[in-house]
Amino acid sequence: MGGVLKPCNEVETARVLSWAMAERKSLELVAGGTKRSIGRPMQTENTLNLSELTGISLYEPGELVLSAKAGTAVSDIKTVLEGQNQQLAFDPPDLSQFLRSSAKIGTIGGAVATNLSGPRRISAGAARDHLLGMRAVTGRAETVNIGGRVMKNVTGYDLCKLLAGSWGTLVAMTEVTLKVVPRPEAEMTTVVFGLSIDEAVRAMSVALGSSASVSGAAHFSAKLAARSEISEVSLFKKSVTALRIEGFLPSVRARKDILANALKSFGEVETLDENISPRVWREVRDVTLFDSASEDAIWRISTVPGRAPDVVRNISRGENFEALYDWGGGRIWLMQPGYGDGGAEVIRTVLDRFGGHAMLMRASPEMRSAVNVFEPQSDPVAALTRRIKAAYDPYAILSPGRMYAGV
Amino acid sequence: MLKMPDLDKRVVARRHDIVSNLESMLPTNCVVSHETEMRVFQSDGLSAYRQMPMVVVLPCTTEQVSKVLRYCHLNNIRVVPRGAGTSLSGGALPLADAVLLVLSKLNRILDIDYENRCVVAQPGVTNLAISNAVEEKEFYYAPDPSSQIACTIGGNVAENSGGIHCLKYGLTTNNVLGLEVVLITGEVIRLGGKHLDADGYDMLGLMIGSEGLLGVVTEVTVRILRSPETARAILIGFDTTGAAADCVGKIISEGIIPAGMEMMDKPAIRAAEEFVNAGYPLDVAALLIVELDGPQVEVDALLKRVRKIAEGCGSMHLRVSQSEDERTLFWAGRKAAFPAVGRISPDYYCVDGTIPRSQLPFVLEEITRMSKEHGLGIANVFHAGDGNLHPLILYDGNKPHELEKAEQFGADILKLCVKVGGVLTGEHGVGVEKRDLMPVMFSENELKQQQRVKCAFDAHSLLNPGKVFPKLHRCAELGRMHIHGGQIPFPDIPRF
Repeated sequence: MGGVLKPCNEVETARVLSWAMAERKSLELVAGGTKRSIGRPMQTENTLNLSELTGISLYEPGELVLSAKAGTAVSDIKTVLEGQNQQLAFDPPDLSQFLRSSAKIGTIGGAVATNLSGPRRISAGAARDHLLGMRAVTGRAETVNIGGRVMKNVTGYDLCKLLAGSWGTLVAMTEVTLKVVPRPEAEMTTVVFGLSIDEAVRAMSVALGSSASVSGAAHFSAKLAARSEISEVSLFKKSVTALRIEGFLPSVRARKDILANALKSFGEVETLDENISPRVWREVRDVTLFDSASEDAIWRISTVPGRAPDVVRNISRGENFEALYDWGGGRIWLMQPGYGDGGAEVIRTVLDRFGGHAMLMRASPEMRSAVNVFEPQSDPVAALTRRIKAAYDPYAILSPGRMYAGV
Repeated sequence: MLKMPDLDKRVVARRHDIVSNLESMLPTNCVVSHETEMRVFQSDGLSAYRQMPMVVVLPCTTEQVSKVLRYCHLNNIRVVPRGAGTSLSGGALPLADAVLLVLSKLNRILDIDYENRCVVAQPGVTNLAISNAVEEKEFYYAPDPSSQIACTIGGNVAENSGGIHCLKYGLTTNNVLGLEVVLITGEVIRLGGKHLDADGYDMLGLMIGSEGLLGVVTEVTVRILRSPETARAILIGFDTTGAAADCVGKIISEGIIPAGMEMMDKPAIRAAEEFVNAGYPLDVAALLIVELDGPQVEVDALLKRVRKIAEGCGSMHLRVSQSEDERTLFWAGRKAAFPAVGRISPDYYCVDGTIPRSQLPFVLEEITRMSKEHGLGIANVFHAGDGNLHPLILYDGNKPHELEKAEQFGADILKLCVKVGGVLTGEHGVGVEKRDLMPVMFSENELKQQQRVKCAFDAHSLLNPGKVFPKLHRCAELGRMHIHGGQIPFPDIPRF
């Protein structure tokens, strides 16, 4: 391993990239480093650490816009937004516990580069949906401005979408501009205990299709529920199906009744109030219900919500498994044995049939080297991926190989 | 004068063969080559620009689209894709040496999936037809551009269309889950589906708003939402535009995101009221239409809060819709603002820039000043919640040079939008209309980087050339690195 390069500003970042480009030195891009163990292990010579690029450079609550340097801690941004009763709607998860990371401070650049979103994804969108603009240095060492600071902008290609979720392989972000939204005045969670996965997915579909405007829909087994730190969740020793409603207080109360009515055929419903509800969704968002000491492989599957039960049944074939269903079943965190290919082949075969994709989120470096961490792509899409990479980073100096070999 | 790419004379010389080759690969009635029949395709919604295409093809299946593109790719023939042709920026303007690929025959809804709350449609389905198809179960498709009766979902994808409700419900890009796309090579790819998020680079997001330059969309999966239980609109009048802008900011700062929040200035109010009789007050300088939707109790509670905020901002006039008919009438005036302005002026030119909303009073003042300078009248309508401004420049196309003057005025407004921190286009697209203004917003390097992305999809620039980018670079030239052997700019590791 070579040195760690820690620029203090954009100009210095561009200098690092000029040097790396001229010398053909590959760089691992990090900021907070909390998500460093996601992706294929890289063979980079140096590390480009962007954590010194900090600070909120623009915040206009009345215009719902905030700009911050890439290395700014998400927690700092949240604190500032809370001061104005606002929030990041995509609710970036803190995966440091799930990933057993020693680094604990996630950055906004990391949140955008990985496009990770919380349970509110189903109603409010992902990180990519809230990214209005950014400043970045490409693998050609050119500093570019992308997008803008306004909500509506169709000027040129929507490169914000392309760069959100590019995992540091296309550009080094130096500043991001995000849409922010008002914080809901109130929240409540309606829970049905003891549903099977088939019943739970049906209940979540009914809830999401109702006029209750549900902003969180998750299900987990009794075994996962037992690990919850919230006694209202762990006590019953039953599976948990949770549905969140947020908004203005009178509206939340009215929608709670709409929801209870829609769900009455599924069983008794309980309500968790605003003291407990946020804690439930934090556990779902940060994926803290899996055994943190286990050496098993954990996958994140994105699929058609209604197919979730079939997807998991076909992958696990009755064996002992643990799954956390979020997004009404559309996102499944699935634990598989930590040996062999970690279930890669069977997962991908099943998803070919039911639709969607899978990413290996937690596994040993050996397994992450041996199996495809990201979903393998069709030939024409893989070719586009390589050409997009070459367009931004012709010498493959930016986190090469993190997503795919040769990219 | 608008300069389009140099005519490919070799292609034009082969026109006869090209037409018969296309005819042989497609069913009858799918190729239009007679001048009289092609005339309807010679312009889109930006009707000041007209050009006859070389030939028009109207395929019925993805496979046929793929065949046409593969043929054009092999024979180096340019292709201009087109949906309903409602683009206001000339995105579907034909080229004399290009095949105009019209997707209107791909007009079926393929799947309505209430369980997973999505609809799969072919690109030629109109925007409104999707909402109509799911209305019986009280669902709808949220983005609602004003042209929604005519414009197609494929065109919405190409332009990343917005609408009145996008402050709360997002643009097209926030509401599309999946696409089937045919690349210029004829290869068919699928991006997304009924699931969320990309598995690699977000090419779905990149494709949306790419104005037909990266691929041809042949299938779209959109998410649908449950219709709100109720919706009510409020008209609020102010004696200055500054007070109206202030009120918009205060509503949002108090945590309220209305379903729609529109502003009109005095000339626009007057034109709309005379046309529609919506009951707009005529003694105000600015009128806001604020729509709140959701459960009845929520709408009732928020109406009270908005009223209080408006009064605090010095509103002169405030009226809440008392029935669904009245709500529709409040909107009818705003929705008819363009044709209403068309009644008071022989022609109008619609501008589409976005600004940080705090800049609105300054920008409107400047626009008024420019209006005097150019000697042309102006009416302003404004998606106030998201900062998207639509000045309508009044002119008479029969007077010599007046169109050029209007275009110059429009360009000046857009430059001003960029100067105050905004952008050249909020929802109408760059097309040919704003193409030559791109350097106002982007540096040479930034434009080149965007074109490198284009090269990744279309190495010979055959798809919709002459749109979006002011200067066409060859992909080989764009790929080159400007480093000379031995002359390494920073030979030492930088240390900080």
